[in-house]
Amino acid sequence: MSESTREAILALEDGRFFRGRSFGAPGECCGELVFNTSMCGYQEILTDPSYAGQIVTMTYPHIGNYGVNAHDVESRRIQAVALVVRDGCEVPSNWQSEMKLPEYLCQNGIVGLEGVDTRAITRHIREAGAMKAAISTLGRSPEEVVEMARGWPGLVGRDMVQYVTRSEPEHWPTPENPRFRVVVYDFGVKNSILQFLARGGCQITIVPAYTPAEEVLAQKPDGVLLSNGPGDPAGLTRIIPEVRKLIGQTPLFGICLGVQVLALALSGKTFKLKFGHRGGNHPVQDLTTGRIEITSQNHGFCVDIDSLPKDEVEVTHVNLIDGTLEGFRHRRWPIFAVQFHPEGGPGPYDAVHLFDRFAAVMAKGTAA
Amino acid sequence: MPRRNDLHKILIIGSGPIVIGQACEFDYSGTQACKALRQEGYEVVLVNSNPATIMTDPEMADHTYIEPLTWEVVAKVIEKERPDALLPTLGGQTGLNIAMDLHRQGVLDHYGVEMIGANAKAIEKAENRQLFKEAMERIGLEVCRGCIVHTLTEAREAMQEIGLPCVIRPSYTLGGTGSNVAYNREQFEELVSRGLAASPICEVLLEESVLGWKEFEMEVMRDADDVVVIICSIENFDPMGVHTGDSITVAPIQTLTNKEYQRMRDASIAVIREIGVDTGGSNIQFAIHPQTGRMVVIEMNPRVSRSSALASKATGFPIAKIAAKLAVGYRLHELPNDITRKTPASFEPTIDYVVVKIPRFTFEKFPEADPTLTTQMKSVGETMAIGRTFKEAFQKALRGLEIGRFGLGCDSKDLWDTPQQPSIEQVRQKLAIPNAERSWYLRYAFKYGMTIEEVFSLTAIDPWFLREVAELVEMEDRLRQYGSMENTPDADFRRAKQDGFSDRQLAVLWDTTEMEVRRERCRRGIVATFKAVDTCAAEFEAYTPYYYSTYEEEDETPPKKPGVRRVMILGGGPNRIGQGIEFDYCCCHASFALRELGIETIMVNSNPETVSTDFDTSDILFFEPLTTEDVLNIYDRVQADGVIVQFGGQTPLNLARALSNAGLPILGTSVDTIEDAEDREKFKLVLERLGLRQPANGIARTLSQARQEAARLGFPLLVRPSFVLGGRAMEICYDQNQFERFMQEAFAASDGQPVLIDRFLNDATEIDVDAVSDGQQVVVAGIMEHIEAAGIHSGDSACVIPPYSLPAGVLEEIRQATAALARHLNVRGLMNIQYAVQYEDGRPVLYVLEVNPRASRTVPFVSKATGVPFAKVAAKVMIGIPLAEQGILQEPIPNRVCVKESVFPFTKFIGVDTVLGPEMKSTGEVMGVSRHFPMAFAKSQLAAGTVLPTSGCIFLSVADRDKGRIAPIARRLAEMGYRLIATRGTAQVLRDAGIQVELIKKVQEGHPNLIDLMRSGEVHLIMITPSGKGAHTDEGRIRAAAVRYSIPYLTTIRAMEAAVQAMNILRQETIEVEALQDRFPDAVRKRPEKSAPTASS
Repeated sequence: MSESTREAILALEDGRFFRGRSFGAPGECCGELVFNTSMCGYQEILTDPSYAGQIVTMTYPHIGNYGVNAHDVESRRIQAVALVVRDGCEVPSNWQSEMKLPEYLCQNGIVGLEGVDTRAITRHIREAGAMKAAISTLGRSPEEVVEMARGWPGLVGRDMVQYVTRSEPEHWPTPENPRFRVVVYDFGVKNSILQFLARGGCQITIVPAYTPAEEVLAQKPDGVLLSNGPGDPAGLTRIIPEVRKLIGQTPLFGICLGVQVLALALSGKTFKLKFGHRGGNHPVQDLTTGRIEITSQNHGFCVDIDSLPKDEVEVTHVNLIDGTLEGFRHRRWPIFAVQFHPEGGPGPYDAVHLFDRFAAVMAKGTAA
Repeated sequence: MPRRNDLHKILIIGSGPIVIGQACEFDYSGTQACKALRQEGYEVVLVNSNPATIMTDPEMADHTYIEPLTWEVVAKVIEKERPDALLPTLGGQTGLNIAMDLHRQGVLDHYGVEMIGANAKAIEKAENRQLFKEAMERIGLEVCRGCIVHTLTEAREAMQEIGLPCVIRPSYTLGGTGSNVAYNREQFEELVSRGLAASPICEVLLEESVLGWKEFEMEVMRDADDVVVIICSIENFDPMGVHTGDSITVAPIQTLTNKEYQRMRDASIAVIREIGVDTGGSNIQFAIHPQTGRMVVIEMNPRVSRSSALASKATGFPIAKIAAKLAVGYRLHELPNDITRKTPASFEPTIDYVVVKIPRFTFEKFPEADPTLTTQMKSVGETMAIGRTFKEAFQKALRGLEIGRFGLGCDSKDLWDTPQQPSIEQVRQKLAIPNAERSWYLRYAFKYGMTIEEVFSLTAIDPWFLREVAELVEMEDRLRQYGSMENTPDADFRRAKQDGFSDRQLAVLWDTTEMEVRRERCRRGIVATFKAVDTCAAEFEAYTPYYYSTYEEEDETPPKKPGVRRVMILGGGPNRIGQGIEFDYCCCHASFALRELGIETIMVNSNPETVSTDFDTSDILFFEPLTTEDVLNIYDRVQADGVIVQFGGQTPLNLARALSNAGLPILGTSVDTIEDAEDREKFKLVLERLGLRQPANGIARTLSQARQEAARLGFPLLVRPSFVLGGRAMEICYDQNQFERFMQEAFAASDGQPVLIDRFLNDATEIDVDAVSDGQQVVVAGIMEHIEAAGIHSGDSACVIPPYSLPAGVLEEIRQATAALARHLNVRGLMNIQYAVQYEDGRPVLYVLEVNPRASRTVPFVSKATGVPFAKVAAKVMIGIPLAEQGILQEPIPNRVCVKESVFPFTKFIGVDTVLGPEMKSTGEVMGVSRHFPMAFAKSQLAAGTVLPTSGCIFLSVADRDKGRIAPIARRLAEMGYRLIATRGTAQVLRDAGIQVELIKKVQEGHPNLIDLMRSGEVHLIMITPSGKGAHTDEGRIRAAAVRYSIPYLTTIRAMEAAVQAMNILRQETIEVEALQDRFPDAVRKRPEKSAPTASS
């Protein structure tokens, strides 16, 4: 493609725009503009269903260096709306690489924008907050693209889970000598979560997000995992009541959106962070052990730490940077949940032992 | 947990002189540690032999000992100071080794000194190859197959299993001394023998070769709660086989998937836990097979290292400072990140730029040395560059090397399209064998149309990096095709700047001038923007202004505050022989002095090892190459009120004219004055006007002119081509034959430039004088008498302050001449003058050799000797504060004798002749202090690693011209009971003088000869003066063997005379230690302000 045909524009709802070059599929798209500070792991990020509805800006300038492979996916396809980078790599180098990132974007019909000042974008979002944005590679004027951004409904109050959850239950490959039977509520679950559960001896049934609690309990699982997922938890009005019914009936483990849904089911509140936490370097303290772990983060909404019913739940994890809630457990029932991602994907595995904690909880059962 | 209250006094051991493998980075880490511990209210005791360090400034520690770094001397400091704890992890390998010696000798136990940070057990586990290997196996990590041997026989057996090529690494050496790869049996035997000799415990590791594997490093920190964070990941551009210190390195890692990176991260955490480094930083190296992904752990440094300094500068995270605080009990989450103030130190830095470090080599100084890059480090310095992309950072780093290159080719040294263009065969050779020029040959390869696959098969450099380099070549070709600047569209002009092309390169491509490119570029609005280094990729606001240039949309330079003066200080760039830590010391002092006065200081430098690039040394730091373009770009943004070029050595001086022409306000001595002092003709007139003498001299443009001049001046002569600086290619010719030979070569290489011919002052005493002038008053800072006679480069000579042999009348003459020169040249700031005194008809005659109106290499030494911070004084003079107002009224005469001795890199260039001459070869310096000269000299020798024997066997051999002076030396030695040996000529001279001496065979006279005796450890000191030089000569071989077998050697009569005095005193007195603060009780002693409240509390 020649330089001129690759021209593309990213425009924000507040009128700011950035000119760059297309390095993915041609087209137009709208989404919430966010940034991720991980220096690698772009393939996991793109395929993480939690990014549904979002245009992801990578703060690290070189993206695509090691190409794309079949193993490092978090779901079956790219879930983010678009990818914005400083410098997209055309010729990757890694022994596992099977495809170039630009090809991968095209194959998935995803717009990619490169050659923009991603640090300026990041600083803008940091100051002004995550906001609606649009990208066009079709030669529109900046004003038109700004209008596109403004016309997009945004994430707040919407149920984004409906776009990523499975429509039918699915059985994940069963490990040898399974110790537990686990039902995973698919709000947009990442493969890494399923892999760690399986590695810990769980026989997994993944169920659609809107599966009634009764159906799940009828399977008599040893525990239920409430998965990660995209968007505003407050919009999940069909899901929260079902989760409420599970409380006290079976051990529960929530991750990311899972912690938010659980908090809402326990009559807590959630709110939108100014620009969210997306990266692999935030320290989180486990208040039950005092230990500090470096965590993988990906959330734009957050549980209001003061809204939780203190008599029912205990805060177990806190983000050491901004003091926001990173996890809690139920005082009576075998229920615990974290806001960060113990499964990494991408990011550190410091807290991967939480899957063991889930196993321990399941081993004790509801009686505990 | 907050700070430990059971500790009060903490000992820090520095790393001593700058040597290959251990440079300013440990001044940087030690200085941070001193500041951090004093901030917490601890009393800090510091020992370091290197006077050119900021850490040894009297304000940095409570008790500063500039003393030789041996365990015995440090034990004396411990005995005197009784510290509660020793922090061993901040003084490089030297500091760590001494700490281990103190532990093994029972000193620490005896005085109840606790090792904090890392204990002896952990250090042992990390440093001992076998223990390390076992530890790695326990945690399920792979290491290279290999085994430990202690004898050559064991090694031969082991080789059967491991095979060739095989890596040979001696245990417990710094910078990988003696570490090498053997490709055949002969090499194997040679390298194993050398390795066994180099290892202080006679131990060598033989290892499976992982040549060509991808190489990575992780910088890890751990606190007492076992929280571990990764500060920085580094990928080596040069694959395994080249020492990481000699490799081009890149941060962060570029070519690993998240899963591969996390596996390495987990492994790093497991390693630091298993080794048991309680708190602080460690560096862990890994290799990954490029086709299978197999990962092996290479090694771990259980301490702050060169890579930690790089990681600190690359990310903005102050590793040494945090390490010091962790060692006294703080936890990572209790310490705030200074840059964001918001994030705790347990946050892992993430970056949104690319950092490239390129080593700087100095093979031109050691033509006999093997320039192949191996597992033994050979580089003397490094430059680091930051860019938004690899291409930008890479080209910035190449021009930051200051070797006359302005990026990847397209500059005046580019051989492409010239008659010297290398053939494709030469290119292939240069690619296949790692060498310092490989970057340029990568470009030639792509210019020849070689494919990435072919270049990869020759170099094993990862194809990702090769692709980037190839794209630079493609861009170059595209830019060239436009034919002119005018024809180049804006988009590609901007793209070129984003890819790091310098204005100079573009000027070559478009056949115009650098300034024209600059003007057109600015006209088109293509201007540099500056982005902050903030540890967090802009996720949080940064408070510490630390910037790099790039060509982007948004600029983050802080606006000028109204009413606040801004002064820019230009640093010295990468360390090299002749320009190193001494100049960085001066730049730091300039910043400290001006900040005291409320002036906002802006530091510009590209050397990641330095204190000057620490984020809190100046108000604003620009991590940038020191070229006209880069400095002008910064100036355009910051609009400084003044620029200081006097302190950073030759680097900023070389820019002074262009900067001054561009309208920058240069502070202090004018650029005209600086240039006049370097102009031979003008300088001659100045001296004539002032009635000062210089050695008779002349200039020759042809061979016949040269012969005429030689006849007029008479031998010996000092000759040099006029276009080279710093003593390069200078030679002393004693006779017509030597003169003819040199002249042939000089004219062949001089490219029409004249050759300078000076009458050489034989056996003259050389004197270095540092002075400061405010235009009115001139104050001599120090008069240093050299121990070696004139003819040895002043940077290589030992020197003494105050002078030990010069008559008072001569000193007075020197003072008057200095004042006259300073006034006449209108110096404002520092100046350095080199004099020589020659006795003619029994009367001393003073000659002026050279005047440099700028900070000199000796400024820190003089400041440590006198207790007066002269660089600070000069900085204040330069912004208009007269000396009188500063209370600097007269020359301070030190109350102790201080000897500065030079330290050489010969152990890294085995086989090279060690003879000294007019070309500087030393990398570092040490200082010996005592009440009298013999002991000060003895201490300086010990500090430089020359252990003068108090008994045993001494070999003597002198050139004919020295034969008249050797007898008194030998007589004194014989009287003291030393056994003397000599070869025929010298033996005859001594016997004639009635001195008993044993005759020993020369090398070619059969066995047992001198070398045999040296090998078997029977010779304890070599005294040999050169008659001809070269590793091929008999005497050259003896000197090289002395290095190989670690036998102390002296190569000048003056040094021998001083050594005799020193050996005499060492037999009578023990070494005493004294703190700087006790010598200068009046020196300002400030305690740094208590740090801001910690993050979590």
